[in-house]
Amino acid sequence: MNTGATEAQAHEAEAQALFRYVLRLGDLSLVLGQRLGEWVGHSPALEEDLGLANIALDLIGQARLLLKLAGEVEGRGRDEDQLAYLREQGAYFNAILAEQPNGDFGQTMVRQVLIDAFQLELYERMTGSADARLAAIAAKSVKEVRYHLRYSSGWLVRLGDGTPESHVRVQTALDLLWPYTVELFAEDDLDRAMADSGIAPRLSEVHAAWIKRIESILAESTLTRPADRPHAWHGKRGQHSEHLGYILAEMQYLQRTYPDARW
Amino acid sequence: MEDKRQWPLFEVFIRARGGLDHKHVGSLHAADPAMALDHARDLYTRRQEGVSIWVVPSKAIIASDPAETDSLFEPARDKIYRHPTFYEIPDEVKTL
Repeated sequence: MNTGATEAQAHEAEAQALFRYVLRLGDLSLVLGQRLGEWVGHSPALEEDLGLANIALDLIGQARLLLKLAGEVEGRGRDEDQLAYLREQGAYFNAILAEQPNGDFGQTMVRQVLIDAFQLELYERMTGSADARLAAIAAKSVKEVRYHLRYSSGWLVRLGDGTPESHVRVQTALDLLWPYTVELFAEDDLDRAMADSGIAPRLSEVHAAWIKRIESILAESTLTRPADRPHAWHGKRGQHSEHLGYILAEMQYLQRTYPDARW
Repeated sequence: MEDKRQWPLFEVFIRARGGLDHKHVGSLHAADPAMALDHARDLYTRRQEGVSIWVVPSKAIIASDPAETDSLFEPARDKIYRHPTFYEIPDEVKTL
C-alpha cells in the first residue's frame, strides 16, 4: 500500500468521524425542536405558545446549519433537507433525552432546562473550535441558547417554588428525566477524538460546568437533584427509544409521501 | 376585582433604535415581571422591532376618563396660536 492511499483513507476516516459528530449536535437540536413544535396551539397560554415556537424555530435553525455542514463534510451531495427528512431512525445520533415525550408543561420545561444548560456549556466552549465552521455555528447558537435557558429556568423556578402541586409535578419529571442526562456526558471514542483534535470541548469539562449551573437552578427551584445511575441509552450511537420513530413518522411524512416537494 | 384565573396584564413599550423613545406596542399576560419581559421579547421583537423593552403593570397606568374628553381636550382646539406657525423659517433650516 502506498502512502498516498493511506493518507486518503485517514482523511476519509476523519471526515466520517466529524460527520457523525456534527450529526449528534444537529440531531439533538432537530429532535428537540420538533418536540417543542408539538406544543403549538396547545400551550397553557397564548404567550407561551409563541415563546415555545420561537425556541423550536431557533433549534431547527441550528439543526439546519449543522446538518448542512454535516452534508458538506460527508461529501456525498446530501443537503440539510435530505439529512433531516430521509434518514432512518438508526442513522439519527441525538442523545435520547431530546426525544422523550413532552408530558405536561412542567415536564417539557425540565427537559428543556437540562438540554439548554448542556448546549450552553457546550457551545460556549465550541466558539474556540479548531473547525472554523463549527466555531461560527456555536457563536451564533450560544446567544439563542442563553435565552432558551433563561426562559426554561425561569419556569422551573416558578413551578418548583410554586404551589405544592406544581412542585410535585416538576420533581416527578426531574426524577423521570434525570437518568437520561448521563448519556449527554458519557464520553465515547468519537467524543474523545473530537476533543483530542480541538474540534469539541472535553465532555468532562462540559459536565462539571453543567452540574454547577443545574445545581444552582435546582436550589432556586427548591428541587432535589436525583442520584446518577449508570445509563443504558445509546442514542448517540443510533439506538433510540420507541419515541423517536413516532417523531420521525410525523416529521418525515410529507417528504416521503411527496418526494422533493417544494413550496 | 382582579380575575385570579388569568395572569395580570402588562403594557409593553419598545425602543426601536438607540436614541428613540420607548413606544407603546401592546399588552400581554404574565405571572410576574420577569415573565412579562420574556413574553414581550417573544411576542413583540420577533422581527427585530427593538433594542430595549419596558413592561409596566397595566394597573399602574392612570388613564384619563373618556367621558371627560370634551373638558380635557376641547379647550385646546381654538388656541391655534399655541402652534408656532407664525415664524419665518430660514431656508437653511432643513429639519424642524
